[in-house]
Amino acid sequence: MSLLMPDSGLLFWMVVIFAVVLFVLAKWGFPVITSMVDKRKSYIDRSLRLAREADEKMAGLAAEQARIIAEARAEQNRILKEAAEARNNIIKQAQDQARDEAAKLLAEARTQIQAEKESALSELRSQVAMLSVGVAEKVIRKDLSSDKEQLSLIGKMVEEASKLDISRKN
Amino acid sequence: MFPLLLLPFRSVAGEAAGSVSAEAVQGSQVDIKSMLFGHIGDSYQWHITRIGDKELTIPLPVIVCSKDSGWHCFLSSRLEDGPYEGFYIAEGGKYDGKIVEKDAAGAEVRPFDISITKNVLGLMINSAILVVLILCCSRWYRRHDALKEAPSGVAALLEPVIEMIDDDVIKGSIPEDQSRKYAPYLLTVFFFILVNNLMGIIPIFPGGANITGNIAVTLVLALCTFLAVNLFANRYYWKDKFWPAVPWWLKVPVPLIPFTEVFGIFTKPFALMIRLFANIMAGHAVILSFVCIIFITVELGPLVNGTMTFIAVLFGIFMDFLELLVAFIQAYVFTMLSAVFIGLAHEKPEAE
Repeated sequence: MSLLMPDSGLLFWMVVIFAVVLFVLAKWGFPVITSMVDKRKSYIDRSLRLAREADEKMAGLAAEQARIIAEARAEQNRILKEAAEARNNIIKQAQDQARDEAAKLLAEARTQIQAEKESALSELRSQVAMLSVGVAEKVIRKDLSSDKEQLSLIGKMVEEASKLDISRKN
Repeated sequence: MFPLLLLPFRSVAGEAAGSVSAEAVQGSQVDIKSMLFGHIGDSYQWHITRIGDKELTIPLPVIVCSKDSGWHCFLSSRLEDGPYEGFYIAEGGKYDGKIVEKDAAGAEVRPFDISITKNVLGLMINSAILVVLILCCSRWYRRHDALKEAPSGVAALLEPVIEMIDDDVIKGSIPEDQSRKYAPYLLTVFFFILVNNLMGIIPIFPGGANITGNIAVTLVLALCTFLAVNLFANRYYWKDKFWPAVPWWLKVPVPLIPFTEVFGIFTKPFALMIRLFANIMAGHAVILSFVCIIFITVELGPLVNGTMTFIAVLFGIFMDFLELLVAFIQAYVFTMLSAVFIGLAHEKPEAE
């Protein structure tokens, strides 16, 4: 049957035309397209990989950031606690110091008062002695002739002096 | 969509009507057969349609070389009114429908014939379309930076197809180091078959030639694959053909397996040739048969004719859709099998 018998003329032209088409397309057609498509595919692959890496890096950075924040917060807490402790210490120390100082001052005041009192008493005593000596001079100078009167006066004076002594002792 | 689809039918129908009225005397059976084979086969002129009594045909150049009188070149329209320069179109006999001449003894002989026939012109038109499409696409890639711009125009149309064939078919079947070398050939084959298949479905002038349904065309394509497979095959391939890894008694006294393997070298491209040819030819024949039903049933009365017309158009639309699918599938199958055969010729044994 003629359908199954390849015609020589058509065969000839088919060889020529297909050879030309193949030559043209294999030289200027498909290699350009496929190489560009391949290039773009590798570019997209690379971009995707880079994006994934960047993503991972970002996730790492976020974790790092969270860790740093947590650390800073812990540090802050620690510092605040330390500061509070230091404050309390200082206050306590100051209070102690003030108490000691006050006690010291009181003690000093007390000894001073005591010393003042002593000195005042001794002065008083010397003055009393002076006075009594004066009184005694005057009495002696007035009249030491009568024994009776002299004795009563001495008795009176001794009594007074002892009274004074007793009252001082009290 | 529908008016577009019906348009082909109308024109095919017009063509069929022309043939019917011209040969009505001979009875409808013969008429249908000659009409069918007229469409499926090749011819020296491109018959488009018939307007009234006037045949609308494109005369094509006839180029023949006679043994006696040398080269002749003339338009096929000269042959309509009998012999021209001793050449005429044979009717019946061994060279039915071909240009013949009478030799000295008076017997019909066939001159060397490289006429631009309908199929050759169709091939040229389709190849031009293909080359323009692909070069437009490659020009886009030359002029634009594909890394920064999305393809547009023809590039956007063709890129997914090229990528699919390149990635799934070619790189999937041929080892990495070889696939780049064969990709242009396989892509050319795919688009060549696809464009010719699709143009064959369009029934009016630039299309309609039954090109991939012609055995000469598929023979050349299969031959190219045969050469691509066997010329560059590695030594493991040839060892596998002549000394396959089977028990020795299958190859020593009688080389049974080597024989079948070597036979297989030729049957594989042969199957490629027949598959593509038969599928496309049958598709054309079926669609034409449905159209013919309309004209056969004319004599059975208007009711039957009307019903059958409706059914024929319905089936014709279905077949046209099916042919669109077949056009792609056959191109894909041819390319894929070629890629697989090439891949097998470059396979290296695993245990080494």
